[in-house]
Amino acid sequence: MNRIQRTMIRCKVEKEKALACFLTAGYPTPEELLPLVCAIEKGGADIIELGMPFSDPMADGPVIQLSSQIALQQGVTLEWILSQVRLIRQRSEIPIVLMGYLNPIIAYGAEKFFNDSSLAGVDGIILPELPLEEQGRYADLISANRLANILLVTPTTSTKRIVLIDKGSSGFLYCVSTAGVTGSPKSKIDTNYIKKVKTTAKKNPVLVGFGIKSAEDAKRAVLNADGVIVGSALIELIGKGKSLAAIEVFVRRIKNGMQKR
Amino acid sequence: MYNYPDKRGYFGEYGGQFVPETLMSALNELEKLYNDAKRDPVYQKEFKELLGSYAGRPTPLSYAERLTEYYGHGKIYLKREDLCHTGAHKINNTIGQILLAKRSGKKRIIAETGAGQHGVATATVAAKMGLQCTVYMGEEDIHRQELNVFRMKMLGAEIVPVTSGSRTLKDATSEAIRDWVSNVESSFYIIGSVVGPHPYPMIVRDFQSVIGTEARSQIKKLEGREPSVLLACVGGGSNAIGLFYPFLDTSIKMYGVEAAGLGLNTSKHAATLTKGKPGVLHGSLSYLLQDKQGQVKVAHSISAGLDYPGVGPEHSSLKDSGRVVYASVTDKQALDAAQLLSTQEGIIPALESAHALAYLERLMPKTTRKDIVVVNLSGRGDKDMPTYMAVKTIKGKR
Ligand SMILES: Cc1ncc(COP(=O)(O)O)c(C=O)c1O
Repeated sequence: MNRIQRTMIRCKVEKEKALACFLTAGYPTPEELLPLVCAIEKGGADIIELGMPFSDPMADGPVIQLSSQIALQQGVTLEWILSQVRLIRQRSEIPIVLMGYLNPIIAYGAEKFFNDSSLAGVDGIILPELPLEEQGRYADLISANRLANILLVTPTTSTKRIVLIDKGSSGFLYCVSTAGVTGSPKSKIDTNYIKKVKTTAKKNPVLVGFGIKSAEDAKRAVLNADGVIVGSALIELIGKGKSLAAIEVFVRRIKNGMQKR
Repeated sequence: MYNYPDKRGYFGEYGGQFVPETLMSALNELEKLYNDAKRDPVYQKEFKELLGSYAGRPTPLSYAERLTEYYGHGKIYLKREDLCHTGAHKINNTIGQILLAKRSGKKRIIAETGAGQHGVATATVAAKMGLQCTVYMGEEDIHRQELNVFRMKMLGAEIVPVTSGSRTLKDATSEAIRDWVSNVESSFYIIGSVVGPHPYPMIVRDFQSVIGTEARSQIKKLEGREPSVLLACVGGGSNAIGLFYPFLDTSIKMYGVEAAGLGLNTSKHAATLTKGKPGVLHGSLSYLLQDKQGQVKVAHSISAGLDYPGVGPEHSSLKDSGRVVYASVTDKQALDAAQLLSTQEGIIPALESAHALAYLERLMPKTTRKDIVVVNLSGRGDKDMPTYMAVKTIKGKR
């Protein structure tokens, strides 16, 4: 059993909503990654998602676009990200998920990348550019390296497709809150849609992501889900130069706000 | 028989649908919409009628007598896409796609543009159909294609300047896709070349293949035989595949000419097929200009329409199979060719098309008087006047 499954089972047993936090690896500077991971873990995050920056992130809004560009300007590479995962692993067992675009992985060599990731201590992979239709070879490589292959459903996904995607997914099911890019400031979270996903997905826990900006958003999202993923809101705080202590407080407020008291 | 793409949208190894899940239902819908339209005589009739009465087709196949004499070998014919309404081949595709948009019931059109030709062609058909139109254009391109920006505005389109990344076509395309992801239920994305996820490369190719189909019957009438060589510039690759596609099952030689910018040995070029490696950008697997880390490189060409680090997946497949030969010419060679065509034939070509013309310099000495070369003159030079005016070698007199 890998760390994600263990964490999700613990959350279930303890009737706790899970919190995954997204960081663009290398933003604002490479040196700040480990302290940020520490602060987020202390704040109560259950899963760390590391964004692997890409030059042309077509599924991302302005906040993550900019953070990716800045990380790349400072020379962030997949090798470097894996080296950081190894460092995190020296002191923590928090589940780590890598999220990113396909092309840097192809350039690295897909087979080697998933193998190296697994050895470094990565637990799961999210590739938003890879719908069911293109899973093929990649899904095989990911599972052969005992990594969770976390797939996404969105408001435009039919019920029939949710079933198939849930089947193909492992670790958890990523429920994209709105049809849009990351950080979309769009309309309120549609709780009926999340309910549909939760009742349709029988295999995986459901985590809701994209556009979760506050404890209130998170609370609403988990009415019918098992947890949330916070990305752009966190990156925005970091971008504003907030202290590690303030980041920790932000994370704790979201984590605690989701729990039934 | 040549029968690409396959069911999964692949041209051999290239193509596919590398897009966020949000777009999958829209792509499946588009494919169905297109397959239904293809079989629907009402749609086909409407398409043909608009190509004729609105775009001005068929475009002539002009014998370039003085250019032929200049090189002194094979006969050169020009397929005159420059005479299409709006000034380039791009309108063939936007007419086809706007009719699909109409059938989809969606009221809002999104497009990306580099040189502004696709943006103008989209704004034009959107105006004709009474649909709202938003065009994404890199800030850098907005500066070098001022005339087209104004045309789009006059046609009632909203222009959104793109300030991310290199501020050119690649970033405009990313931004158009982001808009589509966010408004997929209400908006129809009209892509401008044979790029993007399946079914776009197939749809755009089919719409543009009117170029080759016409050229084939015209040359038969004029010369009583098939051409020996086909020549076209390659940005995303739509005008090239439009000319080539109806001839793929023959043994006629084909050359696709990419932009070598300041030279293939510099970092400033857009010769994707010549210098790139397979990778994924904007929804499909194809040759891509990228660094060792798989980050996409910024392309350079004096011609905004060729300034793109990717290329249509079908061209990647045609390169690997050797069916089409891909070459490149520099900014300077293209400028010289534009000057030459202007004084020899009285036709001022678009900078993109000038790349195809520049390759004649290398190709023609290898031809004989029996050879017939068809060059796709994909567009006219009006939009490039500010660039031509700024170049010292363009004098107007030789
Ligand atoms: C006149 C002209 N030719 C060629 C191109 C390049 O596109 P493609 O390779 O898709 O034909 C453009 C693009 O803007 C254009 O305006």
